[in-house]
Amino acid sequence: MDIHEYQAKEILAGYGVKIAEGGLAYSPEDAVQRAREIGGNVWAVKAQIHSGARGKAGGVKICFSHEEVEAAADSMLGKRMVTHQTGPAGKVCSRLYIEAGTDIDKELYFSFLVDRAHERIVMVGSAEGGMEIEDLAENNPDAIRKIHIDPAVGLLDFQARKMAFALGLEATQISHAVKFIRGCYCAMCELDGNMLEINPLVVTKSGELIALDAKMGFDDNALFRRQKVSELRDKTQEDPREMAAADRGLSYVGLDGDIGCMINGAGLAMATMDMIELAGGEPANFLDVGGGASSERTEKAFRLVLADGNVKAMLVNIFAGINRCDWIAEGVVRAVKKIDMQIPLVVRLSGTNVEAGRKIIADSGLPIITATTLAEAAEKVVQARNEQVAKEEAA
Amino acid sequence: MAILINVETRIIVQGFTGKIGSFHAQDMINYGSNVVGGITPGKGGQTHLGLPVFNTVRKSVEQVGAEASIIFVPPAFAADSIMEAADAGIKYCVAITDGIPTQDMMKVKQYLRKFPKGERMILTGPNCAGTISPGQAMLGIMPGHIYQQGVVGIVGRSGTLGYEAADQMKELGIGISTSVGIGGDPINGSSHRDIFEKFEQDDDTKVVLMIGEIGGSQEVDAGKIAKEHMSKPVVAYIAGLSAPKWRRMGHAGAIISEAGEGAAEKVEMLQDLGVTIAPNPSSMGATIAKVLAKL
Repeated sequence: MDIHEYQAKEILAGYGVKIAEGGLAYSPEDAVQRAREIGGNVWAVKAQIHSGARGKAGGVKICFSHEEVEAAADSMLGKRMVTHQTGPAGKVCSRLYIEAGTDIDKELYFSFLVDRAHERIVMVGSAEGGMEIEDLAENNPDAIRKIHIDPAVGLLDFQARKMAFALGLEATQISHAVKFIRGCYCAMCELDGNMLEINPLVVTKSGELIALDAKMGFDDNALFRRQKVSELRDKTQEDPREMAAADRGLSYVGLDGDIGCMINGAGLAMATMDMIELAGGEPANFLDVGGGASSERTEKAFRLVLADGNVKAMLVNIFAGINRCDWIAEGVVRAVKKIDMQIPLVVRLSGTNVEAGRKIIADSGLPIITATTLAEAAEKVVQARNEQVAKEEAA
Repeated sequence: MAILINVETRIIVQGFTGKIGSFHAQDMINYGSNVVGGITPGKGGQTHLGLPVFNTVRKSVEQVGAEASIIFVPPAFAADSIMEAADAGIKYCVAITDGIPTQDMMKVKQYLRKFPKGERMILTGPNCAGTISPGQAMLGIMPGHIYQQGVVGIVGRSGTLGYEAADQMKELGIGISTSVGIGGDPINGSSHRDIFEKFEQDDDTKVVLMIGEIGGSQEVDAGKIAKEHMSKPVVAYIAGLSAPKWRRMGHAGAIISEAGEGAAEKVEMLQDLGVTIAPNPSSMGATIAKVLAKL
């Protein structure tokens, strides 16, 4: 789960990390009011969307008057911003963060990430901030310093000092840096973060260290024990269909194609999508119905897939282990009858109780296309999709 | 001979008396696995499914000689159960539980490293379908009947995609020595390469099939081991050629966030390492058949 910059900064400030003074605004008037409260004569107006690289999308503006603040706020609010992380659909900006301008001397990069290969949290820093870490890793990998944290003892002060020196900080700044780094680390650990990125971490002209931007992501698997973090969820930043799916215990990812999919198991779901592409089609979604798919769950999954207006044909691919093909078949038949499906449906069942499942489909009298292998299922659904498109065009 | 489990392996079930634990324990018993009891703290001394229940894993090791365990404990308590098994002297543990926090798994891995290598418990999972040595023992939740006994070792992240592979192989009359699910989480008990090492040492295994997916670098790491240290041929299929970047595809670990984590990139690197690639998920069985024919 991701949170907004202003939320991450509030959390970090609570852990003793220094941030610039700022406030939240929901309208241009709010924005000007915040700028007045903050005082001074330079402000940053920042779109609060769940994505990095907001600057390039027009989501960060430096303003030198209240009028400029108002205009910047007006230009961002309600706007759909597209970055390389949001996908083509972009994310709508409905909140702004207004922040006091900072006198920047140096921009650095700093983060804590989960290093899967080392099975540890890794602290990453670079004296070359401002740039995205992927670009930096590609162009100047030697400028990146990584220090792994032992989960048994946690971050040690000497490691924080080592990082501070690697960032090129001066002797007088080291103790501040250690406090800053420790604050970030504690926030990451105590709240089950899976990433915390300060980019840039700036050194001001007066020598202070400030988190100028802050991005935090959290481990979904740990939200059960992080009530306060869960409350920070901003549903407007998430795909409504994915949200609806998650609320029903289904794992759904919306994609750009037009073949709807309902599959059990994440690996088989990905593999089925690959087969659809190989057969010349494009999947409209990833959907894992999980184990123990009851007929209610099957119906919910159907409704979810069909809620995508682009879907021209649907494929159900179930390899039943804990599931049973007869239960799934019953659920499919019930769902098709209840929903009054207008597009072709291909069903492939395999595994536990497959014969009983196939019989239920055959006896239903519904125009369900059946397949026995994965390849056959993919070919049939692509063919059905093509026929459906031709039919719609003719009509 | 198979790896990790065989017909004699003495198995206990952690989370034995719960609904899910009971269901799968019965299924494993029906398959012929040597289940010798289970653990539910507070219910020690009772009998469940005709087998003894213990309060602690250690008691089961002492009293019924438990060697392997399977974990059906909810996510909040699963890491603790895994470490309890390691402490009690269990040799092999399968964690089925889906949804264990990443930081808990970091602690688990660190805890396991404390034990000297010869005494260290092997963990597979979490978030997996378990392990099966066909015809001998099942320590998992898979449909046992689709696995035929034979010479191919399977290691994979996904449960149902593993079933798909086993089923394709059965259609072609190809059997399996052991199939190991390592799970879809970002941090697993064992990686592909750990299981490769086991298969390399197993006389019954002639060919290894790796079923990987997007995210992380494990498949390529295993490919390097295959090239440098394995005499047996390796076949691989990597799921997620059509998966977009930055989107988590169901499994907590299935997300492309760095260069080299996409399916096409992994396939290319594996090919360079001499691994035979099954180009699509329908060709896993046929690709194995071709490799077997050359032996």
